[in-house]
Amino acid sequence: MASVGRPIPAVTPDMAGFFEGARRGQLMVEKCDHCGALRFPAHDLCAKCLGRGATWVPVSGRGEIYSFNIMHQVYHPAFAAEVPYAVIVVKLEEGPKMISNLVGIKPHEIRIGMPVEVTFERGGEDLMIPKFRPRAR
Amino acid sequence: MTTDLRAKCAIAGLGQTRMGKNFDHPNAMGFAIEAIELALEDAGLSREDLDGLLVNPGVTWMENAMASFSLQQAMGLTDLTLTATMNLGGATAGAMIMHATQAIAAGMANVVACVFADAPLRPPSPEKGKAAGGSAAAYGFARGLNAYYGQFGVNAAYAFVAQRHMHLYGTRQEHLGAIAVAERDWANLNPAAQFYDAPMTMADYNAARWVVEPFHLYDCCLVSNGGLAVIVTSAERAKSLKHPPVYILGMGQGHPGGDPMDTLVSGAPLAKKTAFKMAGIELGDIDFAELYDCYTFTVLVTLEDYGFCKKGEGGPFVEGGRIGPKGSLPVNTGGGQLSSFYMWGMTPVAEAVVQMRGEAAARQVPRHDIGLVSGNGGILSTHSTLVLGANP
Ligand SMILES: [Zn+2]
Repeated sequence: MASVGRPIPAVTPDMAGFFEGARRGQLMVEKCDHCGALRFPAHDLCAKCLGRGATWVPVSGRGEIYSFNIMHQVYHPAFAAEVPYAVIVVKLEEGPKMISNLVGIKPHEIRIGMPVEVTFERGGEDLMIPKFRPRAR
Repeated sequence: MTTDLRAKCAIAGLGQTRMGKNFDHPNAMGFAIEAIELALEDAGLSREDLDGLLVNPGVTWMENAMASFSLQQAMGLTDLTLTATMNLGGATAGAMIMHATQAIAAGMANVVACVFADAPLRPPSPEKGKAAGGSAAAYGFARGLNAYYGQFGVNAAYAFVAQRHMHLYGTRQEHLGAIAVAERDWANLNPAAQFYDAPMTMADYNAARWVVEPFHLYDCCLVSNGGLAVIVTSAERAKSLKHPPVYILGMGQGHPGGDPMDTLVSGAPLAKKTAFKMAGIELGDIDFAELYDCYTFTVLVTLEDYGFCKKGEGGPFVEGGRIGPKGSLPVNTGGGQLSSFYMWGMTPVAEAVVQMRGEAAARQVPRHDIGLVSGNGGILSTHSTLVLGANP
């Protein structure tokens, strides 16, 4: 995988449920224990109801491209051989947005509104990390 | 309850250090002190006259939680009655001037220095013969999953918002380019601009390297070392000082919250409402505009949000040189942050003062009775509006 050498995210306590789900092949978001609002990434409290406490829940892994960019500048050596590469914003069917990468497509073929679905790749020694790939509508 | 602050205070002094790749001081504090000294001299005041000090720290002194106190000590300022370290990103310059005006009008201070300084560029390193640090290092931060996905820095996040504007409203690359070219045309008339000697055509704009699509190199501001300060005092006192007062007619802030990708709207509509009401003006009264331009795209959205054109029509609006030196609406008349220098919200404030005083030489706009200044922080997150006037 081209992702070898990428900065591996630390599994912080607030994001542990996300990475546990990824290991099972499930894309997870946080669900407020009080009002049920979904959010990503993890937050200590709910911006809608200010309730504390949330549970990681699996989502469909389906969504569409909400926006994207194409990075040409190298900010970290792991990306030196990858520029230009795209970073995407996926709007999940369930509502929350996620920043990610899209595999199986050239950066300049990406369009807003394209349907995508989650796929997982190994990151570092023992993490699975979600990315997205195009899907049929 | 309302207190009429219209024309109660004025900008009486402007201090600007050398801008860009200069290493006149080892850190931002040095640039801040030089800028304040220059502003005091410009106003015909001395250090002892200052009783207020407001500081907007740039990225290189963020770790200094009490920057204004550090600066007070470094400058040997005593018996201040007003100080604060303020940060609304690029909206801070306007917000500092508002805070100063409110305090002066309330009798809590008399002469207030408002300063921004930063030194993110490092001198060339002797071993490697090339610059270490620089804008990429200072602004390319990322954590956690974003770093894994290669999403680094503010450019990349702003690009998401611009891309949605292009998708929803049909905004084209050439529309962003028209803003970059117009500001360059202005910079070519401003000897203090970093791109004074470098004309740029649309072809040059398109040929420049990409930073992050949809932003070319010249869609992004010129990260600079330097310091900029203004002196705010009462309108009465300002009249007795060296330069004609630049009256503060209206002030406002707007911070919409939410996700700018969803709305594509800045805080300008909110901030404008307060500021224009205070100033008693309408959009048609504006002679020139100094709009916060961390990116070309920010100018496009800001033009829409003040109502110079309808939402989504910022692209066609800037075509044909409308905001350039020969256009009907002069915008960012010193070359802005794109072609002159990036000092956060102080760049548009400084140029407005120069224009208001009629000291802009080759780039002087013919009518300069009322100027609009905008500040924008984060990603369309915070916004400040100033309406400045040559007359009370
Ligand atoms: Zn909730």
